[in-house]
Amino acid sequence: MRLELKNVSYQYKKEDRMILEDFSLSAEHTERVGLLAPSGYGKTTLCKLLSGYLLPDSGEVLLDGKPLSSYKGYCPVQMIWQQPELAVNPRLRMRDVILEGDKVEERILHELGIEPDWMNRFPSELSGGELQRFCLARALGKRTRFLLADEISTMLDLITQSQIWNFLVREVAEREIGLIAVSHNQELLERVCTRQVELRK
Amino acid sequence: MNRRKKVFISLLASSLILLAICIGGMFCADTARLTDFSRKNLSPSLDCLFGTDWMGRDMLARTLRGLSISILLGILTAAASAVTALILGVVSATLGKAADTVITFCIDLIMGIPHILLLILISVAMGKGFKGVALGIALTHWPSLARLIRAEVIQLRESPYILIAEKMGKSKWYIARKHLIPHLMSQFLVGLVLIFPHAVLHESSITFLGFGLSSEQPAIGIILSESMKYLITGKWWLALFPGAMLVLVVVLFYKAGENLRKLTEPGSVHE
Repeated sequence: MRLELKNVSYQYKKEDRMILEDFSLSAEHTERVGLLAPSGYGKTTLCKLLSGYLLPDSGEVLLDGKPLSSYKGYCPVQMIWQQPELAVNPRLRMRDVILEGDKVEERILHELGIEPDWMNRFPSELSGGELQRFCLARALGKRTRFLLADEISTMLDLITQSQIWNFLVREVAEREIGLIAVSHNQELLERVCTRQVELRK
Repeated sequence: MNRRKKVFISLLASSLILLAICIGGMFCADTARLTDFSRKNLSPSLDCLFGTDWMGRDMLARTLRGLSISILLGILTAAASAVTALILGVVSATLGKAADTVITFCIDLIMGIPHILLLILISVAMGKGFKGVALGIALTHWPSLARLIRAEVIQLRESPYILIAEKMGKSKWYIARKHLIPHLMSQFLVGLVLIFPHAVLHESSITFLGFGLSSEQPAIGIILSESMKYLITGKWWLALFPGAMLVLVVVLFYKAGENLRKLTEPGSVHE
């Protein structure tokens, strides 16, 4: 299975600067691709385009040769957001947050170090790192084929970072999920990814 | 006992007091109108707690009756206003630009005119009385809540967790039920309860000014405006007790609203 961007252009407003212009990228489901770019380049925009949150102004986003927008229901490309506090509803208990995912296995929760009593808590009662584990678990549902990690570890301490990345690399290799990781930390991408793409003006 | 329980008990107590006043007022309908010139202008005593007026009517009964009319009118108009606000707020945020422009213009228009002026205008145009006051209050108190709900829905629609739920293949109904309604419900309920004191105060003020309920009804506004004539002759109890009771009811409702807000906030669960 292959996720492709074909000659994609995108800008937020007319007459504003182009964020992406005639941009192409492709990733296989066996790959772990690292995207390296400086701040303000448009990494998050790129992730949102790849996962279907935004539609390109021109060009197309293809999954397995078909437009990503033609996939109804659960989207096989899931993105993990940079700020976990915004990615969960403050009024839902963590148990319900996990239930939104596609039949997330108990094993994943366990391996991410999510403790059973966290499930009864509200997001405000967990730290950023703990919330990010929930976001990861939620995105790793049964039908996920590609995972986009948008600076998922920037706010975490080093121990948590290494725990999360070790787990993620093992998990995507086992289940043959394609991983596209975005970061401005080159050392991290070197450790984690099989291939790196550097984005420049 | 934890804080949440205290808040809950306080909410229950204020609701019970309001309910008691309401029910008490219903039984006082006849007593409130009963005139007895053999005992007019009595100052407050154990026999007659709030005293009697120049026609010998029992002020306690009149106050209770007046309050129960006010509370009833307040609940009715606050509910009508809040429902209007909810519908217009959601429509404005979801049905595209044209609807939004029209509704936002209406909100600005009504908020731009002084409340009391518009109220008097509508009440007089509808022929005063219960109907006039009710319509006037219901039509003037929705804009601030509508604006709040509109902003809330606009913000919610763009929030990452709702976008994520859509990507997880959740239906519109699921998103409305799990994400939108719980957010809006607490805003709505609190808005409803907080409109109430305004409604009661406005009802009393336009009745006091003579544009509201008719003078044979013992509304608080009527009682206060009549007692003005007797205040300079030293009959202080005619204004003091009804006025104080009105303030009490408004404070009780305000407290109830605050407590409700505290109870529905997610962070308060473990307090």
